[in-house]
Amino acid sequence: MGLSLALFAIGLLGLIVRRNLLVMLMCMELMLNGVNLSLVTFAQRSATLDGAVMVFLSFIVAASEIAIAIPIVLLLVRRRRTLDAGAFNELKG
Amino acid sequence: MSNLLAWIVLLPLAGFVINGVLGTRLGGRRVGPGVVGLLACALPLLSFALTVVCFAQLAASGAPRIEASYTWAEIGGRRLEIGFWFDRLSAVMTLVVTGVGSLIHIYSTGYMKGDDGHARYFAYLNLFLFFMLLLVLGRSLLVMFVGWEGVGLASYLLIGFWFDDPAKAAAGKKAFVTNRIGDAGFLLGMFLLWHAFGTLDIDRINAGLAGGVPAAMSASLVGVLLFIGACGKSAQIPLHVWLPDAMAGPTPVSALIHAATMVTAGIYLVARMSPLYLQAPEASQLIAAVGVATAFFAATIAVVQTDIKKVLAYSTVSQLGLMFVALGVGAYAVAIFHVVTHAFFKACLFLGSGSVIHALGGEQDIRKMGGLARRIPVTFGTFAVATAAIAGIPPLAGFFSKDEILWFAFASSRGGAVWLWALATLTALLTAFYMFRLLWLTFFGASRMDPKVEHHVHESPPSMTGVLAVLALLSAVGGFIPVAHYLEAMLPLPELQPARQSLQGLLVGVAVVVGFAGLAGAAWLYGGDGSRARAMGERFAGLHRVLSGKYYVDEFYEAVLGRPLRWLSDRVLLKFGDRTLIDGTLHGLAATARGAAGVFGALQSGSLQRYALYVVLGLLAALAWSLRHV
Repeated sequence: MGLSLALFAIGLLGLIVRRNLLVMLMCMELMLNGVNLSLVTFAQRSATLDGAVMVFLSFIVAASEIAIAIPIVLLLVRRRRTLDAGAFNELKG
Repeated sequence: MSNLLAWIVLLPLAGFVINGVLGTRLGGRRVGPGVVGLLACALPLLSFALTVVCFAQLAASGAPRIEASYTWAEIGGRRLEIGFWFDRLSAVMTLVVTGVGSLIHIYSTGYMKGDDGHARYFAYLNLFLFFMLLLVLGRSLLVMFVGWEGVGLASYLLIGFWFDDPAKAAAGKKAFVTNRIGDAGFLLGMFLLWHAFGTLDIDRINAGLAGGVPAAMSASLVGVLLFIGACGKSAQIPLHVWLPDAMAGPTPVSALIHAATMVTAGIYLVARMSPLYLQAPEASQLIAAVGVATAFFAATIAVVQTDIKKVLAYSTVSQLGLMFVALGVGAYAVAIFHVVTHAFFKACLFLGSGSVIHALGGEQDIRKMGGLARRIPVTFGTFAVATAAIAGIPPLAGFFSKDEILWFAFASSRGGAVWLWALATLTALLTAFYMFRLLWLTFFGASRMDPKVEHHVHESPPSMTGVLAVLALLSAVGGFIPVAHYLEAMLPLPELQPARQSLQGLLVGVAVVVGFAGLAGAAWLYGGDGSRARAMGERFAGLHRVLSGKYYVDEFYEAVLGRPLRWLSDRVLLKFGDRTLIDGTLHGLAATARGAAGVFGALQSGSLQRYALYVVLGLLAALAWSLRHV
């Protein structure tokens, strides 16, 4: 539990603090895996399969999310030649 | 032909369409003024001829002619039909409308020659005739109402005919708005009748009324409401203010619409609905009282007016008042009789005044006339005959009809009273006085004209003087047409009060004396150099001012209705309602949106990290909320 909480917190911190898009994506994965870990732990403790099933679900969601996110990042990089998230702020109010 | 009546009505409409489309500037003036004039006169004349044919048939068969042409609408099994109805009453009215109308069309060809809006004028005139015939011949109150509104429209168009003069356009608007007030009453009365009878056909309503008033309505209420409508159209107190201003229109229009035909529509309505008024004594009393009040006040105003057409306008209001007196005491046939004779002599007077104005190149102030008798003899002769007729000098037309009104105002068992008679007789005296004053100031004495104007004085063309001669002849002998007797079969005269029957001879004598007294009074005051009249005016300066100001009715309306309305529209509706409430709400909404956009726009910083932080904060908030509530 402690590990999963730590993983989640590190991922969140990284997401908020870092400006590199790829690093931010990796941090998100970190958070997801933190949650997965906690789910597995819960499943272990309660001796049911529910948590494990949820983990598979979130794996699939994470995989498809990355599959979409990486091409988007690629396109953005191709346009701006940078990985800095602050460079993409034309839509700000 | 089976639908003669429809033809009578539709022929002038054809004239309107053809002249309006082909002759006006709008239509590119495809036909010349000669054709327009010919067409505009020929179609009403044809209508008149058809009316005579119908009249002959009516006289032969005795049965009214009813044509139901078209079902307009069917509401819950009740039908609204466009039908025409030709009985004795509408026969008389149709003859007057088409006859006098045709004469005035002919006169107009001379009067309006060379005017820029020649074709437009005749198109309007034909349109008016169409609506007037619709009004008179309509079998249903609804058809009548369409005609009623239509003549109002035509009147508005013709009063404001020279619309580039703002005063004239304003006069047109005033007439229109004042008429609307009356129309509201007419409409409400119609609703009540529809509610009670399920039909608006006048013959059916009258047949229903013969069996007593249905419980669903109050005869007096309906009577008063319809009378309000009649007040608007026939210029009775308190809705009389529009008619004098309506003199802004071309003079033949004043003759046709504002003296001979349209303004008598109110009389016609009341006479048409006479079975209703026979059951509504309160409404009848109101009519008589309003009529006599209007007659008297208008006559006093006419005494001091200086515009030749205004004198005639107030005289018309006054004569209409007398007709309402006759209606109020149940002498419906007599009122129609006066309508007919009044149409003759008032049309003659107006057209005569038109001829004078024409001769003087537009001058309307009788203080700047005088001595015209020898310069324009035909106009003078016809004008004098018509003046004598309206003043009630026997044996001219006005004497007979006015005398009968006075007699019934005195002796009718349906509300005849001494005070009605006394006021009406006083009105007759004033009428004789101001009409001879008009005659004197215009035609006798020394000339007070501008030398420039005087140089150009000329008699009018034969198309005008011919019409004047015909109308003068009719004014002279019109009293011998037994209109009242002819209508008696349909509109029986009221019973007389037995105690007063023996006094008829005396009253006739009084009426004759009154006519001549007016003549003598005017001759004494305005004969000579006019110093007596001036002295009189100075002695009663206050009264003179009040009369010249027309009792300040316009000013009163302005203060009581006009100004509060303007204040209301300006302050409450415009400044508060429109600017503050509606605009303010919209502006407020826009400002809120803009402010909110500023706040939320600041959130939209473009920094992904901050977005992520927001998400986390949002999640935490959601968590906290669910922890507390679940």
